[in-house]
Amino acid sequence: MGVRTWIEGWPVYRQLTGTDPLGRGLAAMSPRSAELRPRTETADSMARSVCPYCAVGCGQRVYVKDGRVTQIEGDPDSPINRGRLCPKGAASKNLVTSKFRQTRVRYRRPYSTEWEDLDLDTAMDMIADRVIAARAARWEDVDDSGRPLNRTLGFSGLGGATLDNEENYLIKKLFTALGAIQIENQARI
Amino acid sequence: MAECHPVGFQWVMAAKERGARVIHVDPRFTRTSAVANTYVPIRAGSDIAFMGGIVKYILDNELDFREYVLAYTNAATIVSDDFCDTEDLDGLFSGYDPELGVYDPTTWQYEGHEAAVEPRDPAMERETAMPMQHESHGPGVSARVRRDETLQHPRCVYQLLKRHFSRYTPEMVEKVCGVPRERFLDVARAWTENSGRERTTALVYAVGWTQHTTGAQTIRTGAIIQLLLGNVGRPGGGVMALRGHASIQGSTDIPTLFNLLPGYLPMPNAVLHPTYSDWVTSICHPEQKGFWYKAPAYCASLLKAYWGDKATPDNDFCYGYMPRLTGDHGIYKQVLDMIDGKIKGYFLMGQNPAVGSMNGRAQRLGMGNLDWLVVRDLFEIESATFWKNSVEVETGEIVPEECPTEVFFMPAASHVEKEGTFTQTQRLLQWREKALDPPGDARSDLWFFFHLGRIIREKLAGSPLRRDRPILDLAWNYPTHGPHEEPSAEAVLREINGYAVDTGLTLRTFGQLRDDGSTVCGAWIYCGVFADGVNQANRRRPGKEQTWVAPEWGWAWPSNRRILYNRASADPEGRPWSERKAYLWWDETKGCWDGYDDPDFEKTKPPTYRPGPEAEGTEAIAGDDPFIMQGDGKGWLYAPSGLLDGPLPTHYEPPESPVRNPLYGQQANPVRKVYDRPENITHPSPPEPHTDVFPYVFTIARLTEHHTAGGMSRYVEHLAELQPEMFFEVSPELAAERGLTHLDFGHVVTARGAVEGKVLVTDRLTPLRVGNRAVHQIWLPYHWGPGGWSKGDSANDLFTMVLDPNVLIQEGKAGTCDVRPGRRPHGKELVDYLNEYRRRAGNLEYHQTPIITTDAVHESHRRGRPDDGS
Ligand code: SF4
Repeated sequence: MGVRTWIEGWPVYRQLTGTDPLGRGLAAMSPRSAELRPRTETADSMARSVCPYCAVGCGQRVYVKDGRVTQIEGDPDSPINRGRLCPKGAASKNLVTSKFRQTRVRYRRPYSTEWEDLDLDTAMDMIADRVIAARAARWEDVDDSGRPLNRTLGFSGLGGATLDNEENYLIKKLFTALGAIQIENQARI
Repeated sequence: MAECHPVGFQWVMAAKERGARVIHVDPRFTRTSAVANTYVPIRAGSDIAFMGGIVKYILDNELDFREYVLAYTNAATIVSDDFCDTEDLDGLFSGYDPELGVYDPTTWQYEGHEAAVEPRDPAMERETAMPMQHESHGPGVSARVRRDETLQHPRCVYQLLKRHFSRYTPEMVEKVCGVPRERFLDVARAWTENSGRERTTALVYAVGWTQHTTGAQTIRTGAIIQLLLGNVGRPGGGVMALRGHASIQGSTDIPTLFNLLPGYLPMPNAVLHPTYSDWVTSICHPEQKGFWYKAPAYCASLLKAYWGDKATPDNDFCYGYMPRLTGDHGIYKQVLDMIDGKIKGYFLMGQNPAVGSMNGRAQRLGMGNLDWLVVRDLFEIESATFWKNSVEVETGEIVPEECPTEVFFMPAASHVEKEGTFTQTQRLLQWREKALDPPGDARSDLWFFFHLGRIIREKLAGSPLRRDRPILDLAWNYPTHGPHEEPSAEAVLREINGYAVDTGLTLRTFGQLRDDGSTVCGAWIYCGVFADGVNQANRRRPGKEQTWVAPEWGWAWPSNRRILYNRASADPEGRPWSERKAYLWWDETKGCWDGYDDPDFEKTKPPTYRPGPEAEGTEAIAGDDPFIMQGDGKGWLYAPSGLLDGPLPTHYEPPESPVRNPLYGQQANPVRKVYDRPENITHPSPPEPHTDVFPYVFTIARLTEHHTAGGMSRYVEHLAELQPEMFFEVSPELAAERGLTHLDFGHVVTARGAVEGKVLVTDRLTPLRVGNRAVHQIWLPYHWGPGGWSKGDSANDLFTMVLDPNVLIQEGKAGTCDVRPGRRPHGKELVDYLNEYRRRAGNLEYHQTPIITTDAVHESHRRGRPDDGS
């Protein structure tokens, strides 16, 4: 490496002599940073999504590489947000990849002080049994005057407002068919 | 808005750059105030008084948009001679029943319709939040009314409005809200001067406005102003709710709410709707105008979507399978039933009531007394771990070894790991594509409930029990795909949209729905989202390539309309009110409505159309009746029906208030829903004694960097780093009064709980002069709990559960409290500490809130029926 190349490799020199006196562009670049490519360019795929936080409904572009979300950006096509995201929308990649994300079923036995592991299929089966039992325990056919009630007060549900319309639709349909009238949502809260 | 809907706020800033004046009214100076032209601090819970003052200002100075008001509102309609106003009855309307604590609305009706009031059960209507059905349409009222177009008749709505708000003077606004009269008048002038033919004013609120015992009436007051000024149905106008969650609008449209079915159809009631025809008739009100007249088609199509081929006209579409309501089954009643051991199991889907719901202690005690609890979430939120890390574990009220609740934590898929639609705050449905599969055991809620239903059906197969028929006959065959057998969200959306039974082709509009069983439709208001077999919610034509209305981005209900009641953007003859505000107009040559949006009106009905005397339903809507979902086609300044706490908004103090209501003897909303129980104590308010124990007002709100109960933000490192700990804000004056030091610990106390945090002494809060005293307000964020990167106390623990009677939403924005320096007591000492406060406030263990605080109650009761009103 010649002296000249060596000196020119020095950011402060480039900053003082080049076209970037504030050192925020070319002057600050190293061979490594010059080669960096945005994650949006190197992604395997991109899905068009919507921010899950508030009800403004900002469009998002979700970039995936090697089976992981690598970047979430505001969708410039959206007439709502025109590519912008607020701190929450901009942090939503971390919502998906957070180290706190729990990806296994956890089970707490009555009177226990600890979580245990439980297989997903077993858990589904146990929950179905419990729904059937709770439903039967407080089933009401008719009221005191003999008017039909067709319902159970044995169990209830409370949903957040980040549920999809399709999810809410199936939940209400299933609860109604089971006679379970006690179903509520963040929408009342 | 800048804090909680930051990207939406860019449009406010864009308007400001083009010359709009931005006015911000809020108890606390926020990022919105910082960039507004005008900031007005106000006492939490006094909005009706503030806006009532504006109504009076408009009427006194005749600043209403008279042509619009006469043609499009019920200003000219004449109300029953038997009606008595709050002016006559010290804050009550006629018809109050002191025993049941509800109104008989007979005397509130339009003249000549008193007798037509169906037998009503207002107590039941409150218990089941019945007025909530009106989110998509007005309540039943006859189209044939008497009007006085000169607005001079003493009982026409215009004159009643004038009289009702006559006390809401600038001086009274100052006394109630703590807003100096000059500041109030400045807002009144700005609002009225910027409304009319050439200009419109938008009223934007965040849903904290609804979280009061007068929530529905607060919004009504805003709507009255906007109707008087001609700001409804026109571009740049309206009353805009900034809802707080990605699909909270969707969660009411396609509700998981106890009292509603999709599209705001009511859940059947055991007493009111024993038969299919009772149910359907109660919705369509055959005598009224408008699109709700076609309800039988919406009802039949929904039951077809539920029970498929089994639902036929001969068996009333399986109406006999529907479960029935008999009263309050809302979330707060459920919590108390859990404490009482009546509810065995509880599903939580992306919801964290241990932190997010009022009276957190009651919530956690309820969850600690279940047989089983299923929590579906991304993280181990506090509602999944209350048995090991809640305040009650600290105090010994929940002992893990004695807590019976079996807990299943079921990991959920995130928004990028599943596909489906959210409905955002402008009724716009947007489809999300799936980016990748969820990790490990994580699954979508669609997967969970589809397979749970499948397993339950398998287990019950062959059951001879009658009660199992509805679940076994349910139409539950959705196509699945992938290794986890994920149900197809598009197939569900298609069912929601609806299709013709014979051809299977999707429908284009709810006008195609039939009451004879030939159509299926899961939510009539969403009919059209899958028109032509295409997922319209997935349309993504770039905004830059469209008009400013951007009709080809997503899909808005109903029928992709972006501004509701947009017929009102044109004058009665169908011409835009002004060139500047042109949006929709009648094109005589084409013989149809034309403009930037889909007309919220029959496309080819001319402005000159007049219905015949026998016309019903949509036929009865005249060519100049823009409010097509109202029974009389008019915008309602006065609501003869549909609200349980009065036909006109009235200022009542919050149930916990440091001041006596300056307007009437009636202190708080006389119809509010209360739960007086030891777990749910309400503080004394004037005229009761001991109000000095909790002398300050507290209110809560969000931070930009956190989201509601923190389940989606305290576990996200960037957000937790941006707002790393619980704090609360007080004014320098209050800090001096209570010895609070900036950045030291302090705590806020109520009879329900104590919450500690760092004290931020700031002039963002200012003491307000209310009457002859200063009222101090404390502000807290409510995002914290004991989990995640950043832990802290939960502000919602401070609130009591007391609700608005119309929709059963809680008072969650104004309460009374004390504030002290230093940390709160921990462990058992906390229980003693709170008990000492309760004792000082008058043995609150047995405290029953007095509902009625005026002697006029008997007069109100006596004048409640037309026959004995003399
Ligand atoms: S990015 Fe921010 S403003 Fe946009 S939807 Fe998400 S939370 Fe709301």
